Amino acid sequence: MLNHSPLWKKLLVLFVVAIGALYALPNIYGESPAVQVSGLRGVEANAATLDTIKSQLTKEGIDYSKITFENGQILTKFSDTENQLKARDLLESNLGDKYSVALNLTPNTPDWLASVGGVPMKLGLDLSGGVSFTMEVNMDEAIAKATDGMIGDFRTDLRGENIRYRSVKEVGSAIEIQFRNAEDVDIAESFLSKRYRDLLFEDNSDKMTLSASMTEQKLKEIREYALQQNITIIRNRVNELGVAEPLVQRQGQKNIIIELPGVQDTAKAKEILSATATIEFRMVDSDGDLSAALNGRVPSSSQLLYDRDGRPSLLKKRVMLTGDHIVDAGSSFDEYSRPQVNITLDSPGGSKWSNATKNNIGKPMATVFIEFKPTDRVDAEGNIVYEKIEEIISVATIQGRLGKTFRITGSGTQAEAHNLALLLRAGALIAPIRIVEERTVGPTLGAENVQLGFQAIMGGFALVFIFMLIYYRAFGVVANLALTANLVLIVGVISLIPGATLTLPGMAGIVLTVGMAVDANVLIFERIREELREGKSVQQAIHQGYDAAFSTILDANITTLIAAIILYAVGTGPIKGFAITLSIGIITSMFTAIIGTRTIVNSVWGGKRLDKLSI
Amino acid sequence: MQLLKLKETVDFMKHRKVAMIFSILIMLAAITSLSINKLNFGLDFTGGTLIEVGFEQAADLNKIRQIMDTNGFDDAVVQLYGSSRDVVIRLAQREDIKAEMLGNQILSMLQEGTGQKLVMRRIEFVGASVGDELTEQGGLAMLTALICILVYVAFRFEWRFALGSVFALFHDVLLTLGLFSFLGLEFDLTVLAAILAVIGYSLNDTIVVSDRIRENFRKIREGGPAEIINISLTQTLSRTFITSITTLLVLIALFYQGGALIHGFATALLFGVFVGTYSSIYVASAVALALGISKEDLIPEVIEKEGADQEMMMP
Repeated sequence: MLNHSPLWKKLLVLFVVAIGALYALPNIYGESPAVQVSGLRGVEANAATLDTIKSQLTKEGIDYSKITFENGQILTKFSDTENQLKARDLLESNLGDKYSVALNLTPNTPDWLASVGGVPMKLGLDLSGGVSFTMEVNMDEAIAKATDGMIGDFRTDLRGENIRYRSVKEVGSAIEIQFRNAEDVDIAESFLSKRYRDLLFEDNSDKMTLSASMTEQKLKEIREYALQQNITIIRNRVNELGVAEPLVQRQGQKNIIIELPGVQDTAKAKEILSATATIEFRMVDSDGDLSAALNGRVPSSSQLLYDRDGRPSLLKKRVMLTGDHIVDAGSSFDEYSRPQVNITLDSPGGSKWSNATKNNIGKPMATVFIEFKPTDRVDAEGNIVYEKIEEIISVATIQGRLGKTFRITGSGTQAEAHNLALLLRAGALIAPIRIVEERTVGPTLGAENVQLGFQAIMGGFALVFIFMLIYYRAFGVVANLALTANLVLIVGVISLIPGATLTLPGMAGIVLTVGMAVDANVLIFERIREELREGKSVQQAIHQGYDAAFSTILDANITTLIAAIILYAVGTGPIKGFAITLSIGIITSMFTAIIGTRTIVNSVWGGKRLDKLSI
Repeated sequence: MQLLKLKETVDFMKHRKVAMIFSILIMLAAITSLSINKLNFGLDFTGGTLIEVGFEQAADLNKIRQIMDTNGFDDAVVQLYGSSRDVVIRLAQREDIKAEMLGNQILSMLQEGTGQKLVMRRIEFVGASVGDELTEQGGLAMLTALICILVYVAFRFEWRFALGSVFALFHDVLLTLGLFSFLGLEFDLTVLAAILAVIGYSLNDTIVVSDRIRENFRKIREGGPAEIINISLTQTLSRTFITSITTLLVLIALFYQGGALIHGFATALLFGVFVGTYSSIYVASAVALALGISKEDLIPEVIEKEGADQEMMMP
């Protein structure tokens, strides 16, 4: 029989639309203010924390509507923002610095809906308000640092093998080792090239030098590592900021995107995020002549540095340990009530540290604080030039072989010890970063954008709805059903896909989809009319109309999809949102306009003896 | 209801010479405008700082300009944005000030100067390198889109249609850019998105027409290519009109209700829908015709199965 949809097809359409509606449903419940408490630095919020929060809130008489513990976070909901703010202040002062307390808005999704994974759409920053930063990692500095490390390693290795060399220094983008005779060049080359397989060695026996340069692969690894490490560190810093649902993400080869929804005070955020401080531990060069160094004769393997009060020290250039191995740091007092900083290292750092210190017991070691400050100058390639500021913060004698945990004393006042600990804890950036893009959207504009976008969608929808009804009558009703189902499906899919966020251009994309989605139905209906005009029977016309229009609709939509996907690949933030809604809209509209309307048309008109069609 | 009641086939292709001259002229005009006026690139592309401030009462632009002047920001561009209480201040990249701190500084400056209560609506700072990268990426995106579409259409239809449709897209993009340059409208990221959407829309139209042309080449035995194209265009005309109408309806809603941020987007698309509809008739089809599209190109080849079988048997 012509124009009959099998039962499974009807059920499929019903099922898909029902699922779409189910997942679109959480969007209508709205949000309520909440306070989110999560643990910092290895401390986990747990059931005990939950009880503490409960009893504190009850004691102060702050009403809360619901308190839950999930994914290591405790979420307390309030009926109004006044109680929310009171609770935040209370918890912030009472829980201490082991927990981060952040303001949040949580959806009022009913439990049964949340239990099947129902969540409202995630709003982009242009709709929710907040700040986004794009930070650029200074890769030159990352490579320079790696080169410095390698120079130190070469020295140690050659010395360990008793290969005598005159100097190891950086020449251009390579490291050049100067030897005393050609024989040593060969020995060194065969030894080093086995040890460092990712370097390219080139000997120059005439000049008695061996030069090593990094392969493209190695350079890529260094850059990749610098970016990944910086992302991890920034994530830690963002957690310290106490922002609900922050986003830290890489973009391209050297950029990091940070989104902080709801944050209005950008100054504090910027200060903490772009602090590019790090520390290094180096041995004091006790054999070197400090007064000679002050007169300009610094030994090639050493460097002259000053502390805060301008006292000079001669330090070995070789870095024993860098700050990126630090996993935790805190300040306390030693047995003589002097402030100290307790440091915990990761395990590779721990073994490195233990090896480095075992041969240096009783010798003085310096902690060097390094900061990179962007200057106004720009180099030939348009990259910002950074100024490197190095300062000795303490010189201490190594008392014994040090392991994963140790302490530094002599870092000044208690406040200074506290600050140093905070910086170390938040992590030292591998390479300096700077803000290259910042977008702050105030809460009023965000709310306004939501309203405008919603109005535009509803306005566009109403206009198309009326037009289709007038123009196609009964079939217009079918098209409108499909259009409504399409809108519900788009909302449902955006809510369901974890990475999809709704932005203002995204809402424009939905509006556009509403206008363009009916195209499929227009194509089909016009085709049916044509077939009817040619004198075909009603059933033939419906059948032919759907059949002939199908490939056209498919081709037309696939090409639009190509444009949308390219837009997604290139665009950032809001534009990605547009590409997402457009793509989703194209796919869902194909389903509703072709399969959906066909099922309805078949059920209403299919297989019946009809002379006329209301089209 | 029916908008168009066409009994006869409309002879679209009769006017194709006139249309082509018109297209060429208007494209030349667009190129001229683009080379003289350039595009008024927005912050996304140029870099710099933008601050949108909401005032309690209608803003006094002269006063704001004066405040900016006296504080050393004499290059600031101050404009109303959307309503009389919203002001946008644009600043170029500056050497002497850390640009990322500028937003807050200006906000407090205005607060003091005007004595009014201000609301920070948005602050955007884009570094110059980001803008350069974006310009490059944006251009690349359009180029990639055109090439991908060319390949897809060539694969699904025929190279003449592919060239015709890509030429039509190029035409639409150029004219939309020309309009923005001529009117001096700001070209920002949302406009770029709109132009890619125009590509999508115009292509939609072109595909529908090409599809019908292909179908008719196979179905109708008599008549030359020009006549078959005319028949196809006539048959698809009412669909073309209705889809344009529904799209225009939603765009009008977007233009009037979507707010100032989305104006550029809606403008580009409103214009794009018009040129897209025109170009699918007079550019895409006319180019395919001019390239010598014929029946033989579209009728699937009959594969000689017997011979193929025997070849397979060969050792």
